[in-house]
Amino acid sequence: MSTVTLPAGTAATLPTVVARTHGPARKASDVLVLTRRNLVHISREPMQLSDVTIQPVLFTLMFIFVFGAGVVLPGGAGYKDFAIPGMLVLNQIMVTVGTAVGLSTDVNTGVINRFRTLPMWRPAVLVARSITDLLTAVLGAGIVAATGFAIGWSPHNGVGNAIAAFVLVLLLAYSLSWGCACLGLVSKGVETAQALGLLVLFPVVFVSNSLVPTQRMTPWLREVTTWNPISAATAAARELLGNPNPSASIDAWPMQHPVYTTLIWSIGLLIVFAPLATVLYRRRAGG
Amino acid sequence: MAGHDVVRETKAVQAKIGVTAQDATLDEMLTGRQNLAMIGRLSGLRKGDSRRLAGALLDRFELTAAGNRIVKGYSGGMRRRLDLAAGLVTRPPVLFLDEPTTGLDPTSRVRMWGVIRELVADGATLLLTTQYLEEADELADRIIVVDHGRVIAEGTSAELKARTGGAHLQVTLTTAHAEAVGALSRFVAGAVVVSQDGRRLRAPVNGGSGLAGAVVRALDEAAISVDDVEVHPPSLDDVFFALTGHPTEGQPTTGGPDADLGPGSSAGRRLDPKAQVTRA
Repeated sequence: MSTVTLPAGTAATLPTVVARTHGPARKASDVLVLTRRNLVHISREPMQLSDVTIQPVLFTLMFIFVFGAGVVLPGGAGYKDFAIPGMLVLNQIMVTVGTAVGLSTDVNTGVINRFRTLPMWRPAVLVARSITDLLTAVLGAGIVAATGFAIGWSPHNGVGNAIAAFVLVLLLAYSLSWGCACLGLVSKGVETAQALGLLVLFPVVFVSNSLVPTQRMTPWLREVTTWNPISAATAAARELLGNPNPSASIDAWPMQHPVYTTLIWSIGLLIVFAPLATVLYRRRAGG
Repeated sequence: MAGHDVVRETKAVQAKIGVTAQDATLDEMLTGRQNLAMIGRLSGLRKGDSRRLAGALLDRFELTAAGNRIVKGYSGGMRRRLDLAAGLVTRPPVLFLDEPTTGLDPTSRVRMWGVIRELVADGATLLLTTQYLEEADELADRIIVVDHGRVIAEGTSAELKARTGGAHLQVTLTTAHAEAVGALSRFVAGAVVVSQDGRRLRAPVNGGSGLAGAVVRALDEAAISVDDVEVHPPSLDDVFFALTGHPTEGQPTTGGPDADLGPGSSAGRRLDPKAQVTRA
């Protein structure tokens, strides 16, 4: 039997290294390593970012110039100023489908079997995915704002409130992305994850006040929109940005306190879906 | 497992083992170097350590030239080697390799064997499953034969071969000869099977040194012209046929080359043999 001989003494050249123990620093480091991995993936395939770059521009322009031509707002306010906060919410929520797709991809590739054998912090894969998606969502929010500025929209309540509006919308989207993470983990494949995500998100996004005032809807539908977290986030963003907010005239607690409502929804969704996603991930990926 | 309970001390066990599964467990979108460095970091190594280790492992597995290329473009053999390297990042005392050479070309296989021998020489306890009995013969100190999920034999390669009798003698004559069978009778340990054209004779023998030469001289004395004399030692394939009564079919053989006494050296023995071959 002929053997390929490796350079002599290579074994000795492997450095002896000591693994660190499991503390919060180690967990953070696992998350950081995996987040960087996700970012490398994006850099190799930049079209992955189309949902936070091209899509928001397209959505914003289409909705404002197609819908805007036909929507009459109470009090005669301009549709553009009304719609940009709505577009901000709509785009951020739609982007959370990416979490379902990304996570489904993660658990359906061989590398997950490698992670299973490593003494790493299990949920790091989930947390890294949500952080990566939050980073791309920030980019998406910037693109919506830039598109808005380009067509003549502007906030009227100062920089501090404008930033608060963006943070609030991103917070809701982040919480919702944990729900999408669950969808990604229960889906058999990436296509199912995407289809399922869109199926859930479309009605949630459109049955809201983001694109049209709700005053003339059938009462039961208006009631649904009033309690939809998307409506609360949109109303909150409109208030904080100083843009027209017809929902303020609706006499219901969520529309009277949209900022608190959005915060409560965000925390609630996170409390439900983050542990659920962790359980589903353990079941799917073992260990 | 290496002194830890596999159920209660999962993390401790994970730190002690290296696993290379049948399917590649690499990140296709990263380079080979990034894969190894990432695995190092996720195993708890510091950035500098994991980077140095990634470099050393690439060197060792002759992947340095491809180290900065994306794994998607790797050949089958390169993937396997990188996968094996990935299993070694934590320098585990116990290694599990699930069919490490399945689907590789002969050159890659031989190269993989060399790498595996080195690991054992370094003191690792290795548990390897394979469908190639030749591979078990080459690499394993102890072999467990599993057929339809049941352990049917266990021992060293030599022990297993001894259980199923000795070698085979095969003689090819220049032309068929009526007295050939008689001339061979004192060497063989069973019936002589003659081929259709009468030129090839095959029979079990008990072995012994100088057998081939003695056969040639005997045939020469009988004035029988001979083209070729071969003595085949028994292969593990013969063993498998003898044990099961059917050819190898999709049932892995488990071999465990035990190395010198490390903390994990007895692990192979303590495991339930069935557990040794289970991998999802």
